[in-house]
Amino acid sequence: MKPFTYERATSVADALRRTAGATQDGASAAYLAGGTNLVDHLRLGIREADRLIDVSHLDLTEVTELDDGTVRIGALARNADVAAHPLVRRRFPVVSAAMLAGASGQLRNMATMGGNLLQRTRCVYFQDLSTPCNKREPGSGCSAIEGFGTYNALIGASDACVAVHPSDLCVALAALDVTVVVEGPLGERRIDFGDLHRLPGDRPDQDTTLERSELITALEIAGPGFADRSRYRKLRERASYAFATVSVAAALDVRDGQIDDVRIGLGGVAHKPYRARRAEDALRGGPATHEAYAAAIATELEQARPGPDNAYKILQLQRAVPAVLDALTEAA
Amino acid sequence: MDHDTGGASTLSTKIVVNGTPQELTHDVRMTLLDALRDHLGVTSAKKGCDHGQCGACTVLVDGRRVVSCLSLTASLDGSEVVTAEGLGTPDDLSDLQQAFVDRDGLQCGYCTPGQVCSAQAMLAEVASGMPSHVTDPSALADPDVAVELSDAEIRERMSGNLCRCGAYVNIVAAIRDTAAQRAAAAGSAEERP
Repeated sequence: MKPFTYERATSVADALRRTAGATQDGASAAYLAGGTNLVDHLRLGIREADRLIDVSHLDLTEVTELDDGTVRIGALARNADVAAHPLVRRRFPVVSAAMLAGASGQLRNMATMGGNLLQRTRCVYFQDLSTPCNKREPGSGCSAIEGFGTYNALIGASDACVAVHPSDLCVALAALDVTVVVEGPLGERRIDFGDLHRLPGDRPDQDTTLERSELITALEIAGPGFADRSRYRKLRERASYAFATVSVAAALDVRDGQIDDVRIGLGGVAHKPYRARRAEDALRGGPATHEAYAAAIATELEQARPGPDNAYKILQLQRAVPAVLDALTEAA
Repeated sequence: MDHDTGGASTLSTKIVVNGTPQELTHDVRMTLLDALRDHLGVTSAKKGCDHGQCGACTVLVDGRRVVSCLSLTASLDGSEVVTAEGLGTPDDLSDLQQAFVDRDGLQCGYCTPGQVCSAQAMLAEVASGMPSHVTDPSALADPDVAVELSDAEIRERMSGNLCRCGAYVNIVAAIRDTAAQRAAAAGSAEERP
């Protein structure tokens, strides 16, 4: 680990002030929250920071219901606490389920909501300093395109990067109506969840649209109201404590056999938490049948560009998406 | 309280370890695992992978299980840390530690301190109603439904502690025994006038 200084922020304003100070000094700064990803990366040398600004003690841990029914979750609430929170379990069980499918009990006790949004890819070449990786070192090349491709992206990858986003929580959030609240030098900014993460293009080193000094302070989950009829299914190589090969978060609103609304988030598919809008559009207003679900995911996957090692993900999605929607149809 | 290095590479951190207050002057990069093992002589927490993947370094911080290899000591100023030594000693084992011995829930023993700390916290998590990945979806969505501690629940909740020697079955049995004993003890306490 390269040397850094440690600073404990006393407020959001204090954290922003310290980051601005680092920038003025020509120093790099990093916010420390749960540390489950950052500390590992600092130690591996994947990430370097001159100044570590610890925001983990800030008072941003509350889970509250706003007057309009929106659930607001402080960015520093721990994953384990949010997954177990009665309000989240009743209103958005798919969010609890997705978080409980991720990591281990120890890591969920440490990891924060905001940090989960910013965790970085588990692409094996990103983790391996001895190999080229455009995400870790822009311009160095991509080892995964011609290399070990089992976990590569299916959709939206570029010539520069084929890595996928690793979060389970984010797949559930992609299927819901979520706003990410951030504080920066110019004040508060509200970002639609779908606009937070980027496809790689020619800048795979930039995971998100956040400005360098911006700090996530809260998540707001507004709906849809049928999120109680939602499920999360994760496919992985062992029964627990592994990243997804693919995962599905779905919510379904069926009335008289017709689909009133449907949401589908997919994990393990793209550089960002992926919302399957083509499949949703194909389903809305149509019949709630297994055949329709299978046709819809086939439509979505027409744009997939699998390689020889990750084509199995297509088959997994073709089976998992209809299976999850079938289960929701039966429960409706 | 302002707790920062002011540009220096060392700082001072106060933590309570197994009931004993400690003040450490340390490199800001030091993890809790290295502080325990290399500076405080608390060696039950083991260094396995050192990347948060194996659970051998699991300890309780303010009552919650964490991996100490990814916990920066600097961030824990004012915290209370309990390791396997803090749960019980060879002369006075905790109920859970005794159950591991009775069930032979260990082989080489390297991962056992982390397993025991994780199990201690996991039982508390179940008691407080926290769901898991294998909890039935209808129970997950209804916080008033109590979690049943099935073997599947024990396995899922212990999955952050990897053992390479194949002692999984006996670890599950030791945890199951402890949960049953504690439930029986709580039941008989309630029955007393």
